[in-house]
Amino acid sequence: MEAVVDELPVILHAFWLTVRLTVISGLIALAWGTVLAAMRVSPLPVLRAAAAIYVNVLRNTPLTLIIVFCGLGLGTVMDVQFSRDDLSVNNFWLSTIGLSAYTAAFVCEVIRSGVNTVPMGQAEAARSIGLTFLQTLRLVILPQAVRAVIAPLGSLLIALTKNTTVAAAIGVAEAALRMKNLFDAHGDAVIPLFLGFAAGFVVLTLPVGLLFGWLSRRLAVAR
Amino acid sequence: MRFGTCMLVLAAMATSLTACANSGASSIVDKAKDDKKLTIGIKIDQPGWGLKKPDGTYEGMDVDVARYIAKELGVPESGITFKEAQSANREPFIQQGQVDMVLATYSITDERKKKISFAGPYLVTGQDILVRADDTSITGEDSLKDKKVCGAQGSSSPKRLADKFGPDWESKNLTQQQGYGACLPLLQNKQVDAISTDATILAGFAKQLPGQFKLVGQPFSTEKYGVGLKMDDKAGRDAINNALDKMFKDGTWRKIVDANLGEFGKFFATPPPLERY
Amino acid sequence: MSAATGTGRATVLYDAPGPRTRLRNNVLTLLFGAALLLVAYLVWAKFDEKGQWNGKLWRPFLEADTWTELILPGLRNTLSAAAVAAVLALVFGAVFGIGRLSEHRWVRIPAGVVVEVFRAIPLLMLIFFAQYGGSLAGLIVTEFTAVVFGLMLYNGSVLAEIVRAGILAVPKGQAEAGYAMGLRKNQVMRLILLPQAVTAMMPAIVSQLVVLLKDTALGFIVAYADLLNAGARVVPANFSNLIPSVIVIAAIYIAINLALGYLATWLERRSRRSPRSTAVPAVPEGAAGDEVTLAR
Repeated sequence: MEAVVDELPVILHAFWLTVRLTVISGLIALAWGTVLAAMRVSPLPVLRAAAAIYVNVLRNTPLTLIIVFCGLGLGTVMDVQFSRDDLSVNNFWLSTIGLSAYTAAFVCEVIRSGVNTVPMGQAEAARSIGLTFLQTLRLVILPQAVRAVIAPLGSLLIALTKNTTVAAAIGVAEAALRMKNLFDAHGDAVIPLFLGFAAGFVVLTLPVGLLFGWLSRRLAVAR
Repeated sequence: MRFGTCMLVLAAMATSLTACANSGASSIVDKAKDDKKLTIGIKIDQPGWGLKKPDGTYEGMDVDVARYIAKELGVPESGITFKEAQSANREPFIQQGQVDMVLATYSITDERKKKISFAGPYLVTGQDILVRADDTSITGEDSLKDKKVCGAQGSSSPKRLADKFGPDWESKNLTQQQGYGACLPLLQNKQVDAISTDATILAGFAKQLPGQFKLVGQPFSTEKYGVGLKMDDKAGRDAINNALDKMFKDGTWRKIVDANLGEFGKFFATPPPLERY
Repeated sequence: MSAATGTGRATVLYDAPGPRTRLRNNVLTLLFGAALLLVAYLVWAKFDEKGQWNGKLWRPFLEADTWTELILPGLRNTLSAAAVAAVLALVFGAVFGIGRLSEHRWVRIPAGVVVEVFRAIPLLMLIFFAQYGGSLAGLIVTEFTAVVFGLMLYNGSVLAEIVRAGILAVPKGQAEAGYAMGLRKNQVMRLILLPQAVTAMMPAIVSQLVVLLKDTALGFIVAYADLLNAGARVVPANFSNLIPSVIVIAAIYIAINLALGYLATWLERRSRRSPRSTAVPAVPEGAAGDEVTLAR
């Protein structure tokens, strides 16, 4: 127990990194996933195909592999660099790219399944008053679709929170990697440390679940 | 029927678990003499030391030394089974008797001597720095202070630097990847300026891409590579030390070093003194 | 995938194109197509600039030895870890899923706690804990054991929820009819509820197995000699071709998972047609479709 108390600043710092990874990747994934969903229901076959390929490739690839590719490939081959003088900043953003690229594929599929819950009449009504495809999507379909999939989006956010641990693969010192390092430093305190970190994740994910459950009831489209 | 299949799998697992548990108590010398067979733990992803080739054979310094020792113990090359030993499982492998000995860039430490015993060392090295061939700005440990460095997770080498330069340096200047092989592309493409770990490991990787990298050659720690054996196998330790002694004297050691480390062989001029106990 | 049938519905979002729209669509197709090609070209050019298309880096994959000696052993390890973990996770899921439905509070509550806790903890942390906690207890924990242990607990907990949802999806009348015939509790579960629930759960189970297979790649972080380890460590140690090698490995993962995904779709279709089960295909709590369960 002492180890947990002694190392509390380190643990909190690790979780702060986990939170930052989650929030930033979550926002990017939401935006990018929505664009992908729009592409997948668009009238242009080329966009539909591109988005379909993207989704199928990304979500069938292990996240660990994606993160490793981002960490070792983006910088060395694509010259993606976020900071010249701070490697931790660089690795943070490289893993953020990986996490959001992966999660976006799932966001896309969730939103697309939400689009299917919107009654046909809504789109027909929108078209009959002369809205274009993008207007129909933006003003009529997506607002209803997203509200229908609030709960699954919450599940995705929880999954993303846990998935940020995979950034350990390229040495981002988030919670899981810190935990392992603390295991090394305090070999006799493995169990309290594990319980401490596990509690941290419960604290992070439990409110998200409750919040999204509440939101989904509150925002449900009454039909 | 499905349930039956499950049970079958579980039963198979159970037998495979028990299969690992049996271990002989006798010396490696007796085993080599009676069975004419040895199982030897090596690395399989460490160029220059223990590397699995696409044709299924193994090459590297550890492999060559292992073959020499086996020959001296009376085991023909066909009687050797190489088995992958990863850094974390080397002691358990020996303790459980899954392998008869381990040669896997295995540093002799007091901590490890509580669980197993060591013959050797057959090579002494130290933490060194690998840089791009055209980089003259890094001359030793201290010049890493304002450089970007790559290390492997779980390795003690990056930890030593982090302890020396502090947590701020660790966060900004150190990246820790899965193994040193992953550091090479980062160094090649100037994402980092240096890789730092045992000179021997660096030499093995650098030899793969001739002309691109150079070793600084100012080691700042001492690592003695030994042969890991069962804790109480004094007879085995003595026999292997004798074999190593012979290898040092008949010129084979020099040949093995040069063959496996290429141009970096010059950093290892003489064989180390054996530490018999 | 339930959403796969949606392409037909999605067309509701736009009218059948008239001549002007068709022209505009063609122009847009051309524009977007060109943009996508440009992106692809830029990536290709960057790879070219860094010499990643060099034949030397790719030729090893044309040689049989690279596959039989370096890659396939990794694939075998990935598949064996996945297979063992899948069996254990299914057992774990069945036990705790049914346990959560028990009438006895002392079974129901602990089962619920176990399931919720292990679903909340990241898999990688479970794997680390297995390694360090195991050796603390004097056990010898190989990378294989640690990976399988983590996969079993995590996926077993998710499967427990699927099992629970599947059993709850069987109409009440089925159990009641069983009791009316004089069957005992475990007979009702074994003879009536489970067989029907399994049919309904099958697609969700297969989807979860895809997740499990993907998650074996976490073994790479603890140096388990899996497929990703072969691609990101063993092959590049020979040929210094990390990026090409990772791409080849990714293709293998994608092929396997796509095949499993099609299997899930096929099972779902079949179970929807099948008259053998009265239960509707089960979807775990909070999910809009199997896409979500795939995200673990």
